[in-house]
Amino acid sequence: MSLALQPQSNQHTDQELTTTVRTHLDWLESEAIHILREVAGECANPVLFFSGGKDSIVLLRLAEKAFRPARFPFPLLHIDTGHNFCEVLRFRDQRAAELQERLIVRDVDASIQRGTVRLRHPNDSRNAAQSITLLETINEFGFDAAIGGARRDEEKARAKERIFSFRDHFGQWNPRQQRPELWNLYNPSVHANEHVRVFPISNWTELDVWLYIQREQLAVPSIYFSHERLVVERRGYLMPVTALTPAANDESVLQRQVRFRTVGDITCTCPVASTASTVAEIIAETRLARVTERGATRMDDQTSEASMEKRKKEGYF
Amino acid sequence: MGQMPVANAAVKQTSVVENATDVLRFLTAGSVDDGKSSLIGRLLFDTHAIADDQLAALGLASRKRGLSETDLSLLTDGLEAERAQGITIDVAYRYFKTPQRTFIIADTPGHAQYTRNMVTGASTADAAVILVDARKGLLEQTKRHVLIAHLLGIKHIIVAMNKMDLVGYEYSVFHDLRNAFLAFTAPLNIAHVQFIPVSALRGDMVVTRGDRIDWYDGPTLLETLHAIELKHSLHQGPLRFPVQWVCRDAQWRAYTGRLVSGVLTQGQTLTVLPSGRSSVVTQLRVGLREVERALAGDAISVSLADQLDIARGDMLVAEAHKPTVQSLLRATLCWLDETPLNLNTRYLLKHTTRSVSARITQVLGKLEVHTGQMHESTALVAMNDLVVAELMLALPIFFDAYSDSRATGSFVLIDPVTLLTVAAGMIE
Repeated sequence: MSLALQPQSNQHTDQELTTTVRTHLDWLESEAIHILREVAGECANPVLFFSGGKDSIVLLRLAEKAFRPARFPFPLLHIDTGHNFCEVLRFRDQRAAELQERLIVRDVDASIQRGTVRLRHPNDSRNAAQSITLLETINEFGFDAAIGGARRDEEKARAKERIFSFRDHFGQWNPRQQRPELWNLYNPSVHANEHVRVFPISNWTELDVWLYIQREQLAVPSIYFSHERLVVERRGYLMPVTALTPAANDESVLQRQVRFRTVGDITCTCPVASTASTVAEIIAETRLARVTERGATRMDDQTSEASMEKRKKEGYF
Repeated sequence: MGQMPVANAAVKQTSVVENATDVLRFLTAGSVDDGKSSLIGRLLFDTHAIADDQLAALGLASRKRGLSETDLSLLTDGLEAERAQGITIDVAYRYFKTPQRTFIIADTPGHAQYTRNMVTGASTADAAVILVDARKGLLEQTKRHVLIAHLLGIKHIIVAMNKMDLVGYEYSVFHDLRNAFLAFTAPLNIAHVQFIPVSALRGDMVVTRGDRIDWYDGPTLLETLHAIELKHSLHQGPLRFPVQWVCRDAQWRAYTGRLVSGVLTQGQTLTVLPSGRSSVVTQLRVGLREVERALAGDAISVSLADQLDIARGDMLVAEAHKPTVQSLLRATLCWLDETPLNLNTRYLLKHTTRSVSARITQVLGKLEVHTGQMHESTALVAMNDLVVAELMLALPIFFDAYSDSRATGSFVLIDPVTLLTVAAGMIE
């Protein structure tokens, strides 16, 4: 019985693995693989969110380690707000094709046409609206578990969230009624029309994600690396100048050396000034960063103390 | 109310993480009044784990509440309800790194009505930092925290005697409190209890020593957390491999899961529970790589020489060191649900990767968490109660005593109607 797997360079050698030394990345990886296999073992119809962003890229690598040489026991799902960076969407499609896994894409635009998503202005941020399309998709396929790449270090409401996080039939998170979660014993049980969100990299930080991308030599979309981009300065953020987010009349458009720390909805995701053009340079920058990932890049988290908590209660991931 | 900690130039270097080699999980217990939030704030701040925008947000939130100084407890209380009530309700997880270690803090609430949340945080912790207000001495609440940590199998208990600045950094206060503590913990046989005088507010003996406690020559809190040795006992334990998921394709079959205890090698003969059949390991993988040997904690994949009927919920072990195989258990239960324990309900018992139907046949006694004494009063078992009970299972499970192995000695009970997790169990 043999298995054809390409050995990857720059990983541990067998000898290293058989010593008693395990790094914190090994620990985080093992925990995450265990969580993914629990989903496979216990849930009837799971799905994995794959946006093409760095966290979900890590999830796919973990899924390879958990399930290969078999197919993944779940399809991939992306909710496209229609406001995504084209580099990221290309990367998403390419990665799914390489892995030969099924990718489901559902569009917020379709929800807008159905009238289930209503926006005050056509160019409003669709970041919160994607919760509605997401829940519609979960209902459409009858998913009972949805695996996501959210991390507890991202935001204070996330810091309190379970690894297997229950959602009621409205898709809502109730932070006061969370199921106790002890040891590594997870409770994925749900009634019809309810589901759990599962977060295998809950205990990872932004730095851990980049260290893992480096160790596993994972490809990421180009916009994570430093590049020249037209931006305007607005409320202390650099806003990318795009068709969706034009500069205002009184704003001066600047050409800046920037990169993205997160790659969400164009209308609310801001790049940071950076010259980091390799993963190693991003790691060096992340180690010294004095502003959190979301604080630097997500305008929608800054509107109130409980922005994320509120969105999560409404079904956001 | 915690003041904004003052940055200490001497510890700036710790923000540069080179090779964080392992992960230590610890819980913090104590009430806001004991200065728990200040202590966590101090640990995070002096190891540079609080970002500027978080500090700015805390400052803004503090001013909104009419406070003149930044209240660090707002950092650890993440939910609206908690900030509104000024208490910690749920477990919050926090992260910081030093060059030696990655730390995961489970910040748990202090109040008795949230005992279940402390139990949750304790279940995955390697160490417990118990906060005591040096002015108040040994309170019932502190005894409860120590007993829960001990009950959940935490071998390293660190008592941080906080607010030393408010008792003039007096050695006698520390000395008397330590003696009172030792009198209480001596009968418990806790493996490691350490006492550290600290002032979270001023940062003395947390990350840096400060210069105000010259009579103490022991380690700081961070040094103590660095010095804790982990995991060796897991590698030395008996081989336990609960099967999580069977990996199949046309010619391939492998049993995947996490090796929870012991060491597994290529060519080793394994016994399958419950069938009792044996076979030899022909291939062993950690992740995608084939290895000679896997250690406790590794997520592995195992192929055997023989085609055996093995499914999720089975366990692979070494013939010479088998676990107990039984459908009758005696266990300590922590009741987690608002609906009290019901002797007539068939609960779903989840143990490693195995789920079986279970009934609680008898409640033998209730544990008084302030004193550690057992009482025979068993009338009603309600939320946060700790009881010793006997259970009867529809099928046997393969277990070790919780005191020998957390992974194979623990279970949860799930209500089959509400699907809520209603109890946590530790097998005797």
